[in-house]
Amino acid sequence: MAELQSPGTLPSRESELRKAFLEQVGIVPGGERIRKCIQCGTCTGSCPVSYAMDLSPREVIARFRAGDIETILRSRTIWICASCYACTVRCPVEIKITDLLYALKRVAMEKHIRPRQFPVYALSEAFVRNVRMFGRNYEIGLLTEFFLRSLKWVDLIRMAPLGWKMLRTGRLGLLPERIAGLKDLRKIIKRAEAIERPQELVPGRAVTDEVGYEAIQS
Amino acid sequence: MKQSKVEESGDRRMDYTYYPGCSLTHASKPYDLSTRAVFKRLGLGLHELEDWNCCGATVYMSVKETVSFAISARNLALAERLGRDVVAPCSACYLVLNKTNRFLHDLPDLNAKVNDALAAAGLSYKGTVRVRHPLEVLVNDLGIEQIAKQATRRLDGLKIAEYYGCQIVRPERGFDDQEFPQTLDTMFAALGAENVYYPMKVRCCGGMLMTTANEVAMKLCRDLIECAQGNGADCIVTTCPLCQMNVAAYQDRLSTRFGKDLHIPVLWFTELLGIALGLDEKTLGLNIHLEPITDKIMSLVG
Repeated sequence: MAELQSPGTLPSRESELRKAFLEQVGIVPGGERIRKCIQCGTCTGSCPVSYAMDLSPREVIARFRAGDIETILRSRTIWICASCYACTVRCPVEIKITDLLYALKRVAMEKHIRPRQFPVYALSEAFVRNVRMFGRNYEIGLLTEFFLRSLKWVDLIRMAPLGWKMLRTGRLGLLPERIAGLKDLRKIIKRAEAIERPQELVPGRAVTDEVGYEAIQS
Repeated sequence: MKQSKVEESGDRRMDYTYYPGCSLTHASKPYDLSTRAVFKRLGLGLHELEDWNCCGATVYMSVKETVSFAISARNLALAERLGRDVVAPCSACYLVLNKTNRFLHDLPDLNAKVNDALAAAGLSYKGTVRVRHPLEVLVNDLGIEQIAKQATRRLDGLKIAEYYGCQIVRPERGFDDQEFPQTLDTMFAALGAENVYYPMKVRCCGGMLMTTANEVAMKLCRDLIECAQGNGADCIVTTCPLCQMNVAAYQDRLSTRFGKDLHIPVLWFTELLGIALGLDEKTLGLNIHLEPITDKIMSLVG
């Protein structure tokens, strides 16, 4: 149940999300331009996938300003963006919409909001592990881990003919290639992680809500 | 003494550090083969960056920003020692490496953090490396006239739909128009090809959505192919590994899913350019495509 509060104050979870988001936005040069939005809708009109979103990019900014990040993080929108940057280059007030959606995606992943239908987090995490292990992307490893973790068995089977064709033409490396400077790369990653804003996640219990989204309840 | 120095710098102008990126090592092998072959044929030096690592790609960017910049910057630091421009054919690498350059330039705090991380491996990055796309290098450093002069085959009668994809024209203001780029069109017209009306030049192919939100990406790819077919194109020509993969590799599935023939050859621009320069099928990797390459294309090579 919503807590009772005086006008103008945000619920504690909302202000916590807001803080996390603003920290992420701080990394984007020009991120503060989000305040200049005139709600013209050019972003939504330019987006090739807005038809599949539940919140349009324009609405994402409106919700953010109205203090409703929770809804944004639970939307399909942040996972459906394909990073084509059409909105970013057309925005008349130069808001970096794609980068803002990245920031929101990072907050959602940090807060363990992981929609079943859009297993972007599974792909991202598999990718990160790949780079750390080999220094380069190892496609078979990446895709297998992704399909297994996202439990998309059907897709794994559907991918099989293509996988076979790629193996036959030598376009899929059977074995991963490790770079020689892997040790150095890991040192860089370790150091960068230590420098990056040290953030302890609040441990909580994973729950699945009515639309099948997993969320953390602290 | 002085003389040789001049020669050295003269050489360097047409020598580049090559950053193939992960896609080009396997999945987009023909793009790698044809890029190397075309540069060689045109007398441009392409030297692979030793021990490069993954650029971080847009997937990495969306999880851990500072770490992804540090990973990306390792490549730039290695390249900086060599003093040449970097050529990155993959659109995602091109975008990420350029984005890293700009962020490190604009944000002194981030720059300090990234250099701190690089120092853990005895590296540092001053920010002097220029990251360029092979298309821009060919057209600006060599020139379309020069390229046409060296062509041994005409592309007369070939109708092509030029598809630039997203990430070489956006989000940075790069070497061509963000809404209606013309570099490929101008180059292939000079080589004899006919450019069909293709208003979807910079429309998104869905990128990684092919894996994470398949239905959405399938529709985007259908639109791209239908538009090319509808305007009478013999093939689509592209500049991006992921665009080519999405539009080419799933043509069987697309045809079944939408109940119509959605097959069309999708060539990397370096392949078609290689054909014009007289290179053969295997050198360019045309024999290892995942979609059927029509006789019309093959007759050009034969």
